[in-house]
Parts: sequence; C-alpha cells; structure tokens
Amino acid sequence: MHEVSSNPVAHQHSAPTGFIRKYVFSLDHKVIGKQYYGLALVSVFVGMVLSWLLRVHLAYPNWHIPLLEKVSKVGAPGGVMTPEYYLSLLTMHGTLMVFFVLTNAPFAAFGNFFLPIQIGAEDMSFPRFNMMSFWTTFLAFLVMMASFFVADGPPISGWTAYAPLSAVGGDAGPGLALGQTLWAISIAIFCVGSLLGALNFISTTLDLRTKGMSLIRMPYSTWAWFVTSVIALLAFAVLLPACILLILDRVAGTSFFIPAGLILSDKLQPHSGGSPLLWQHLFWFFGHPEVYIAILPSIGIISTILPVFTRKPFLGPRALIGSMIAIGFLSYMVWGHHMFVSGMNPFSADIFSVPTLIITIPATIMTLLLTASIYGGKMRFDTPALFCLGFISVFISGGISGFYLAQPSLDSYLHATYFVVAHFHFVMAVASLFGVFAGTYFWFPKMFGRMMNEKMGKWHFWLTFLGVYCVFMPMHYLGLVGNVRRYSAFVDDYLAPLIPVHRFITIAALLTGAAQLIFFWNLAWSRFKGPLAPENPWEATSLEWSTTSPPPFDNFGARHPVVSHSPNEYGVEAADGTDYVMQTAPSKSA
Amino acid sequence: MPTETQETVDNRSIVGGGGGDIHVSMKPVMVIGPRPERSETGVWVGISAITMSFAAFTSAMIVRQGASSDWRHFHLPLILYLNTLILLASSGTLGLARKHLAVVAGFLASAPSKAKDGYSEGIGWLYVTAAMGALFVIGQVLAWRNLAAEGLFLSTNPSSSFFYVFTALHAMHLLGGIAGLIYIIRKLNRTNGTAQTTGLNAVCIYWHFMDGLWVYLLILLAARA
Repeated sequence: MHEVSSNPVAHQHSAPTGFIRKYVFSLDHKVIGKQYYGLALVSVFVGMVLSWLLRVHLAYPNWHIPLLEKVSKVGAPGGVMTPEYYLSLLTMHGTLMVFFVLTNAPFAAFGNFFLPIQIGAEDMSFPRFNMMSFWTTFLAFLVMMASFFVADGPPISGWTAYAPLSAVGGDAGPGLALGQTLWAISIAIFCVGSLLGALNFISTTLDLRTKGMSLIRMPYSTWAWFVTSVIALLAFAVLLPACILLILDRVAGTSFFIPAGLILSDKLQPHSGGSPLLWQHLFWFFGHPEVYIAILPSIGIISTILPVFTRKPFLGPRALIGSMIAIGFLSYMVWGHHMFVSGMNPFSADIFSVPTLIITIPATIMTLLLTASIYGGKMRFDTPALFCLGFISVFISGGISGFYLAQPSLDSYLHATYFVVAHFHFVMAVASLFGVFAGTYFWFPKMFGRMMNEKMGKWHFWLTFLGVYCVFMPMHYLGLVGNVRRYSAFVDDYLAPLIPVHRFITIAALLTGAAQLIFFWNLAWSRFKGPLAPENPWEATSLEWSTTSPPPFDNFGARHPVVSHSPNEYGVEAADGTDYVMQTAPSKSA
Repeated sequence: MPTETQETVDNRSIVGGGGGDIHVSMKPVMVIGPRPERSETGVWVGISAITMSFAAFTSAMIVRQGASSDWRHFHLPLILYLNTLILLASSGTLGLARKHLAVVAGFLASAPSKAKDGYSEGIGWLYVTAAMGALFVIGQVLAWRNLAAEGLFLSTNPSSSFFYVFTALHAMHLLGGIAGLIYIIRKLNRTNGTAQTTGLNAVCIYWHFMDGLWVYLLILLAARA
C-alpha cells in the first residue's frame, strides 16, 4: 500500500516515441543511467584485458602474444611488448578504470537511474544537460580510445600525466606526441561531462524531493550521490583548468609546466620557467577527491543494501551521513600526501599528513557502522548481501595500509612500490567495484524487470572475492621488499627472485578476470531469460521499490509518492505482517 | 512602495517586486512560479564550479609567477577599462529589463496596454543588454589585437599566457550568457511576455556574476600581469 499525492505530475518532457529519442539521445534519466552503465562495462572490459596483458608480461616477459603485434607493430614487435608500450597500456588501464569505470559506474550510472526515483522525482532537474553529460562523456571515451590507433600509440605518462613528461611532446618518447594530446583533450571533455552531471545531481536533490522526503529521509545511496556530486563539481572544476593549461603547453608553446633548459632527444626544448610541481598540485587537488568520488557512492550503495539483507535498521544513520560530509570536506585538504617525495617543502608533508590521518576517522566510523549493523541481524545470504560483506572486507584490507602510507617517513620508502598499488586497488578499485556488483545484483530487477541468476552470482562472488585477495595481498609483500611499480620486467636485477610471486599474481589475475565472464554472461542471460521480477523482490523500503519493475517513463505513473517514513524501518512488526515499513506507507497518525 | 498593497503570495521567483517607477494602483496579482525555480538552483551550482575553476587558474598564476624569474610585466591595453564600463552598464540595463518584465503578468487582465508596454520595454532592454555583452567581447578581441601588435602573444611570456587564458575563458562564459539572453527573449516572445518560468532570474544572476568575475580578473591582471 503506497501513499500518493492526488496532484497529477506535469512531466517536463513527454514520453519519446522514436527509436533515437527513446534509446539514443534520450532525456530519460533511466536510459541515461543504463547508457553510463553500458559505457562502464565496455571500459572495464578493455581495462581488464589491458591488465591481463600487463600481468602476463610481468610474469613471462619473453612470451610472444601474436595478437598484440597486430594492434601495434612498433609497440610489440614479434608480439613482445617494449617497455614503452608497457607504459602506454598501463596509462590506458589506469585512465579507463579511474575515469570511465570508477567514476561512471557507481556514481553516474546508478546515480542517474536511482537518484530521481529514490527522492520521488519524475526526472532530473535538467534532462537536456543530463543527456549532454552522457554524450560528452562518450565523446571523451572515443577520443581516449583513438590514441590506440594513432602512429605513436597511447601516452606513457601514466593516468596522472605528470609534467614535464606529459607536456613536452614527441621528443620525450613514444605516445607523447598526438597520443598525449588526445589524452589531455579527452580528459578535458570528460570534465565537462562530469560537471554537467554533478550540476544535475545537486539541483535535483535540492529541488525535486517529493512531499515528505526531508533530507534526513533520503536513502544513504542518495546521500552518497549528493555528497559525491558536490565533491565532483569542485574537483573537476580544477582538473579542467589543469588540462587546458596542459593542452596549451603542448600545442600553443606556453610554459606553464615545462621548466627551462630541458634537453630531450638532443634538442633544447623551447620553453622557460614552468613548474612541474604546479601540475602535481592541480592534478592531485582533483585526484584525491576523485578517490572519494569513486568510493563514496559505493559506500552509500552498500549502506542502503546491507539493512535489506540483515533485516535490521542501519546503525547510526546520522553518523553515517555526517561521516560522508566530513570525508567530502576533508578530501580537499589531503592532496599533498601524493607528493611527499616530489621535492616540495618537507614541512608541508607534515601538514598534509595530519588531515590524511584525520580523514581515516570518518572512514573508520563508516566501516564500524557497517560491521555493527550486521550484528544481531537475520542475515539473508543473497548475492547482493555477499558483495556487501565482501565490500567491508576489502575496504578494511585496503584502508589499513593507508595508515602506513599517510606517514611521510614510511611513504618515502613505500612510494612508487607495489605496496601503493595494493593499497589503492583494494580500497578504491576493488571496494568500489564490489559496490557496483552489489548494486547490480540488487537493482537489476528494477532496471530490467528480470531477476539475475543467483547461482551464477554466488560463483561470481566467491571466485572474485578469493581472486582479488590472491592478486593484491602479495603485492604488499612485493612493495615491502622494494619492488618498484611501473617497470615492465624484472629480469637480470635484484628483483628477479620475486618473479615467482609475480607469476602467482598473474595466474590469479587471469582466473579472477575469467570469473568476471560469469558476471558478463549472467547480465546478458538474465536480461532476456531471467525470471520476471516483482515490484519489490528484496522487501526493501526505499521509493524505487514502490513502483513497477522496470519503472514507467515518469517513474511513478503520473503521481508523486508521499513519504512518511525513513528508509531504515526494518525488523519491525508491520501491520501487514511483514518486518519492514516502506517509505511510502501511510503514517500511523494519518 | 507598492509591495505593501500587492497580494504577493510568493515573490521568490519575481525578484524586484514589480515596483520602481511604474505606479501600481490597480493591485496587480503576482502569479506564483514553481518554488524553488530549478534554473536558479542550477545557476548557483554552475557559479560555484566556475568560481572554483577561476580560483584554480588564479593559484596557478601565483605559483607560476613565483616559480621562476622569467615573468615580464606589461601594461594592460586601455580599452579594457572601456570594456569594463560597458559590461557594468549592461548589468544596469538588465536590471531595467527585469523591472519592466516583472509586472507584465500582473497587468495582463487589468490593464493590457500597461502589460504590453512593460513587455516591449523589457524585451528592448534585454536586446540592449545582449548587444552590450557582444560589444564587450568585441572590445576584448581588440585588446588582444593591441597586445599582439606589441609582440605579446599567448606563448610570449607566462604573464601574457595567463592574460589570454583569463580573458578568453571569461569571454567564452559571457557568450554563454548572451546565448541565455537570446533564449529568454525567444521564450518571452512566444508567450507575449507572460511566461512565468523563463529562467530570467537565472540569467540575471549569471550575468551579474560575469560582471563581478570580470572586475576581479581585471584587478588581478592589473596587479600581476
């Protein structure tokens, strides 16, 4: 039983009829959410294949991969990649994963689909901007992928594109001519798309909440998308200027980031006085908040899903929301911890270390709340629940190594080793992806009207869960013994004895990657053959479960739902004999 | 002051209150716009992002200037000050436009001729504002040509680099404001000036912000470039 207002809703735009308006240039936030999800799927597949190639090369540096030669004759003559091509592929792996997967999937994809529904709106505030934000992002993706097909291949400067390497041009090495320019243009375009998206998320949350949907009654996922969009708005607004200056250094001969007297390939570079550190400051002022853009939505998704399967209220909702806001605020004060060894003033390292340690407090509070919310619950072990538990595990595993890296004295040793690779893959990449997996298994019925296969889901979870630990746990060890990152092979030097560890990681990575094929197959199979989903298959409380699966064009059938409850009413004795109260259930006083 | 006699249910979307030199004796009833108007929220969010971007450019400028001794100071082209006056005046003409348009709906039933006058005067001032905006952008282009004539190009020196970056990006944002004005004019023309949710307030906020941003940039450039 749902309460709805009697006022019909005047929808901002009418239901589309033609194929193009319905599925391609759609104004419907649900279609746009699916488009973002599809783009993230393509990106994650490419990024995963790239990581396989990198891992195979690290473990077996002399293996011939004939297909690779077909992609790039120069980069992989005879099917063996050159050290430079290794860096090119590494750059593309990082760039695709951070921007087009970790930003797109948990934030743009799920946020677009579910934020308006969870607050009872019929669409975003600015549907046209919303459509533009996706297509701008798609254009950025095309420009980025184009760098695979230009003469000198993708750039070798990493996803952080440190200057002056990224700024000087082709004299500095392969991929640094047209490839790097395409990279910078693509990221600038991506910034524009993200800014348009963030603008929509913020305006929609502020203006379009339905009757009774006070801020405190918003589901935690919506809170997370809202806080994340504020972070994204301010972070991408800084990366965009940085990219503009980088592009100008590359194509217009300016000297923002390039110092004087630089000689590359026996040529004196025609630049003077630029500051490479300036790029690092601008980049990390965006880059660290970007970490939270990747992880906060997943924390919100997990906090929304977990109580559905523990059948008890989330512990301390206000503390959770407060922690999210605190993280958003603090995320702008810690960027310098990426630059402890950059040559900046050592005193400023201490200044950045303190907020870095402080930011662990709200993160720890959130982790403890999640863990404590399980206690005393009647756990239902469906696939989304498994990924929630997995999330808590990998988030803690990755978070703990952060305490060590936050100390400048320890970081001087661990910087640019596999310890850092292990840290950020656990805490940002895998944790965020577990949020995406949980969200996918949980919301697929609402998005496509069909249930996903549970058996395949459980196989997927256990193989992935064990797999990521096999891949990333040994990397801590590699880092501690001094194994540097970004090297393409460790033959003939002091790191050669570590090759067996690399082989173990590579095999684990290939198997974990193969396990993702189960997920891809499950998505495709369930989309067409999965059993039809009821309106509320998980017995959840938030608004998306009070409409049909999938929701109609205007989300609630020309009516605005009226909200009388928090999303947290689980484990109660409801009047209808169930153990939960939906947000739209009539209030007791009514 | 007419506001005391008006049956104002909600004047949030009609900032300016329909007062001023237009004498209101027939109690125009103000029609409520949706509350809050989306475009206003959107424009404030957009302004935060633009502010952040220019803050990033400003800090980049300060860091770059301190990074090495190659910074060369130059005199700003004098036409910039004329451009500034034009832009500041355009904020005034936009204010006039809004004042006239605010009463159109209220007079529509009681005094159609007054409504028509308000509408045509309001639209006229919107055109004037857009034209002054365009004049400002042309003035900025002339300023670039002045500098180029002195041999100061984008890549000549970091000081000139920042000058071109700041002025070009501001001009691009202002062109966005002109596009917004044209959108409003077209929308008002379609409804004979009665459209309640035109986004006029949003464009006004944006336009005044562009004004303020330019004054800030001018001071910054005069002090540092």
